[in-house]
Amino acid sequence: MQMTGKAHKFDMDDINTDYIISGKYKFKTLDMKELAKHVMEDLDPHFYSKITAGDFIVGGNNFGCGSSREQAPLAIKYADISLVLAKSFARIFYRNAINTGLPLVECDTDQIDAGDKLEVDLSAGVVKNLTKGIEIKTKPLPDVMIKILNDGGLAAHFRKHGGFNL
Amino acid sequence: MGQTIIEKILSSHSGQVAHAGDIVVAQLDFIMGQDGTSPLAIRAFNDMGGRDVFDTDKVALVIDHSSPSPNEGVSALHQLMRLFCKEKNIKIYDIGEGVCHQLIPESGKVGPGKLVIGADSHTCTYGALNAFATGVGSTDLAGGMIAGKLWFKVPETIKFVCHGELPPGVYAKDLILYLIGDVTADGATYMAAEFTGEAVSALSVEGRMTMANMAVEMGAKAGLMEADEKTLLWLSRYTEERFNPVAADEDAFYAEVKEYDVSNLEPQIAMPHRVDNVTDIGNLVGTPIHQAVIGTCTNGRLEDLRIAASILKGKKINPDVRLVVAPASRRVLLDAMEEGIIQTLVESGAAVVTPGCGPCVGTHNGVPSNDENVISTANRNFKGRMGNSNARIYLASPATVAASALTGEITDPREMIKQVK
Repeated sequence: MQMTGKAHKFDMDDINTDYIISGKYKFKTLDMKELAKHVMEDLDPHFYSKITAGDFIVGGNNFGCGSSREQAPLAIKYADISLVLAKSFARIFYRNAINTGLPLVECDTDQIDAGDKLEVDLSAGVVKNLTKGIEIKTKPLPDVMIKILNDGGLAAHFRKHGGFNL
Repeated sequence: MGQTIIEKILSSHSGQVAHAGDIVVAQLDFIMGQDGTSPLAIRAFNDMGGRDVFDTDKVALVIDHSSPSPNEGVSALHQLMRLFCKEKNIKIYDIGEGVCHQLIPESGKVGPGKLVIGADSHTCTYGALNAFATGVGSTDLAGGMIAGKLWFKVPETIKFVCHGELPPGVYAKDLILYLIGDVTADGATYMAAEFTGEAVSALSVEGRMTMANMAVEMGAKAGLMEADEKTLLWLSRYTEERFNPVAADEDAFYAEVKEYDVSNLEPQIAMPHRVDNVTDIGNLVGTPIHQAVIGTCTNGRLEDLRIAASILKGKKINPDVRLVVAPASRRVLLDAMEEGIIQTLVESGAAVVTPGCGPCVGTHNGVPSNDENVISTANRNFKGRMGNSNARIYLASPATVAASALTGEITDPREMIKQVK
């Protein structure tokens, strides 16, 4: 799975699920396109309008800490962000993202600046910063997660295999 | 090599000897969802081709986060949950019954050695009962409801050994805030936290639930304790089931063992906007407070309300403060009524709201205004958490919150406790 995109950098640790999608919105609707318009709003009020389909979000340590609500990875996904890179992810967010088909990469994001163009090969676990001409080491995803991601998320995995097949 | 508590529970539920780093598929003993997560889980359940839940006695949904519903959008989601439960013949806890993390332990379905998932990050609360309980998202919940099992990466464990005796006026909440401040918000990410030592043994089961509840605030998958006589006595009030307590082996491997002497611990406060931004109360005394909140899955139990009432009894809260109290469950509310606690709280000026998550998540009940300071017994003070990103939330024990509601500024409860005695 190879992807290319532009980096939107949030240069801080512990970006929590309330920052990703504020509690004000996430209880009201199951319409994820509507939620997506408010993604990252408390950190950057105009973020949604800056996204071009396929772009990446880049964060620091412990990205996605806080709530178990899948509205957080879904808001990112429905905002047409194709991938999140961070130094580390909070555990529940990490699972939720994979289950809903949003790929994640753990790597040293200090080597990425806002606007950098990145090329990511998920299965090989390679991130190339095309703007800076460097290659960044990544922590590979566990095999079960790659299986789920390759099936298109856990729901698609269930439909395909009639249950867990990990 | 010996095993930790979590390695033993994952072994007994997966049929293989599990050690940290392994990936196992484990049988689930109980599955819970709340109204913030269940609607998406129902959608995922249908999307997965689910027909029935794997065992109707082992699944329950709880309406607690926006309870009663504040608007049509939420009402429609609640309706979806009620219809799903009726159709699948599973238990629903409807409005007024309380917070999931109080109701599930009160149901007697959780105890030593059990494996529970809940679509709420604070499901780790049940680790206080020597269970492996962890928060998951809606899609995992749906998969669990259909298959009755889920895959887990067996986590490494950090052991927190708490020596000594907590001083008067210092509680489980202060202890867990202190530990989170020490290891930081991602100090236990991808790990389990085992809490032990005489200070933990001395806590009530309620106090231990407060600690286990906040394990996720250091990034942990679970916060666990061994079971003792207190645990079994507590459980005997809710179920006749006999459980098999799980203790760690002497030679279990720990990623880290952290030792603390808590004999001189002061009341602790988490400052805005991070749970690990923790300081001794002495550094904040005098900070003005506009709203005070007692309740939530962290500190809405009878013991918490009793402590607050002992400080508020016969006094009036400061006229510049709103005090919101949300008992953790209907049973807690009834017990507190019987003891006269609710009378005391209401006479002091508290607004008692429906048992449930109340003001903690900012979806209804007590949203603060711009530039206001809130002191709360909840577990999160993220910006915007209570529904307004221009308010500041401080986290503290029920005693500190009650004392601060009386004076209108952050106040060390130890002074007031002396007066009470």
